[in-house]
Amino acid sequence: MLSTLGCASGDPVTGAPAPLLDVEDLSISVRRGVPLVEGVSFSIGAGEAVAVVGESGCGKSLTSLAIMGLLPGNLQRNATGRILLEGEDLSAKSPREMQDVRGNRVAMIFQDPLTSLNPVMTIGAQIMEVLEAHRDIDRAAATARTIELLDLVRIPDPQERMHAYPHQLSGGMRQRVVIAMAMACEPQLIIADEPTTALDVTIQAQILNLLVELRRKSNLSLMLITHDLGVVCRVAERMIVMYAGSVVEAGEVSAILDGARHPYTAGLMAARPHGSFKRTGQRLVDIPGTVPPPTSRPKGCLFEPRCPRAQEKCRAVRPDLAADGAGHAFRCHFPIGQGEAHA
Amino acid sequence: MTAGSVRIGGGSRFFNGAVLRFVARRLLQALIVMLMVMTANFVLIKLAPGDIVDVLTGSSDMTAEQIASLRQEYGLDQPVIVQFVKYFARLAQFDLGYSNQFHDTVLNIILGRLPTTLLLVAFSVILSIVIGTVMGVAAARSAGKLVDSAISALVLLFYATPVFIVAIVMILCFSVWLGWLPTSGLYSVGAGHTGFAYIKDVAAHLVMPVVALCTFYTAIYSRLARATMLETMHLDFVRTARAKGLSERRVIYGHALRNALLPIVTMAGLQVSSLIGGAVLIETVFGLPGMGRTAFDAIFTRDTNLLLGVMFIASLAVVVVSLVVDFLYALLDPRVELK
Repeated sequence: MLSTLGCASGDPVTGAPAPLLDVEDLSISVRRGVPLVEGVSFSIGAGEAVAVVGESGCGKSLTSLAIMGLLPGNLQRNATGRILLEGEDLSAKSPREMQDVRGNRVAMIFQDPLTSLNPVMTIGAQIMEVLEAHRDIDRAAATARTIELLDLVRIPDPQERMHAYPHQLSGGMRQRVVIAMAMACEPQLIIADEPTTALDVTIQAQILNLLVELRRKSNLSLMLITHDLGVVCRVAERMIVMYAGSVVEAGEVSAILDGARHPYTAGLMAARPHGSFKRTGQRLVDIPGTVPPPTSRPKGCLFEPRCPRAQEKCRAVRPDLAADGAGHAFRCHFPIGQGEAHA
Repeated sequence: MTAGSVRIGGGSRFFNGAVLRFVARRLLQALIVMLMVMTANFVLIKLAPGDIVDVLTGSSDMTAEQIASLRQEYGLDQPVIVQFVKYFARLAQFDLGYSNQFHDTVLNIILGRLPTTLLLVAFSVILSIVIGTVMGVAAARSAGKLVDSAISALVLLFYATPVFIVAIVMILCFSVWLGWLPTSGLYSVGAGHTGFAYIKDVAAHLVMPVVALCTFYTAIYSRLARATMLETMHLDFVRTARAKGLSERRVIYGHALRNALLPIVTMAGLQVSSLIGGAVLIETVFGLPGMGRTAFDAIFTRDTNLLLGVMFIASLAVVVVSLVVDFLYALLDPRVELK
């Protein structure tokens, strides 16, 4: 079920590749009884691309910040579970030790390239800073590497452009700089938090292509946070669907997109506007209701209040994440395609 | 990377036609501003009752003829408009006139006293910026916690205590009780210190005036720094800096603070402008022969030329400082263009 792309390490007994990142039972809460993320577990293999999908506020960004050790202090204190990078528990590391992980072994690409670069530093200086923080290299080597990185992300004329300030570049160019910054120390994992949301459509395609290509070239793992299912199919092999702070469905992208088992995933897919321009007047399909706020999560299934298939059991008991044997897991008492009554 | 090396390739932003035009236009504006300020000053002084002759002859028993001839000698018998035109004609040749009180040219008097004020201003501006900013950043980093509350309380104390009280209490503590520091003057008269001993002597004399002048502005900088840092620390690029694995110090001082400096620079400009010629209280309490003290004396003796001279230098300082502040803006923020 894990990636088949060149994995160096593996379990000597079973032969299964050891995951690069293993998130085990991660929970984050504001205070007791106000959970933002509940019992999230997943793993990402070396060289694998995993998409995390869900609507705003479902906890996908918090999960990624937890991996980076960048949760705000009050949430950090109330975070439980384990985050293993190559078997090392990141949640047990000191802030100083996490500095060596961030930007070096795990890097992050943020949503809005217009605000994620420092406006008063040249882009070259911002890239070099990563190198100088993690590598023992001199100024000349850092400059050379920076030019190489700008070239890698297809910024024309890198020698000149490295002296440019962020405001002198377009949104797409800035996101390339952010990607170059993330790639600087050749991390094993890049977490991309909605890397194309703030860009216009043609630029989105270019940035996605760049990510796909860089991943192939450097055999890095990618955790792609998005709410765009189109992006998921283009980039990822596996996907995780999150709802109200929990994982509701996880598996191969093709398996899920071909046959979603959880009604929420099915709802998300139905909600995609895939009509042509001619079909004006046709209402977009949506999922009725809203996500329950963290302060009043239902006792039973989190999706029950909005679910067309909900029954008595759903109100009473919260379902566990169960796998179907082919690595496709879902958190539902009455999954779609099980011979139950269809909605 | 140090902050300085970030400037690579940015140098040309300060040496091009647009910047020269900017400076030329600002200087022209400055000329007009100076003319207006000096006119207002002149009119205000002439509106005040009495002149230097009244002051000089007040306690003597000169005859009316003698007084009239003194007025004539000083040119005070002419209509105000004639005096006005004459004054500006001399000013146009950079002649600030003669002080009948001190029997020296105004320029000489000012040149003799400006260094004291500049020393005082320079040290207190630097000290209050550094201490205020460090306190503000520390407060912002621990917002809502004990350190923040302690700093806020201290800042409130600094802000609310009048400067002259700080000065007098310090004299009481450090000069009268402990005997560590001299009470007044710029150097020990008659001690004949030279070289390093002289510098040490002057430094000892400046400690209390500088600290007294600092307290209020330290409070201002601290509040400014805290507020802007709180805003800046939540910006995306600060999170990016953390995600790059930079040290917390680098994140705070290299990324957040550099973006929070503009309001502090603005305030520094105002502080410099107001202290040159405006440190009257401190210069009086500590007996320092500075610009503020000179202006104060000039007012009481109705020494028109000297007072106008001090005001001229003070407004010149405001004009120059605001030009410097504009350049600092452009230096600190590449998005600011000088045009």
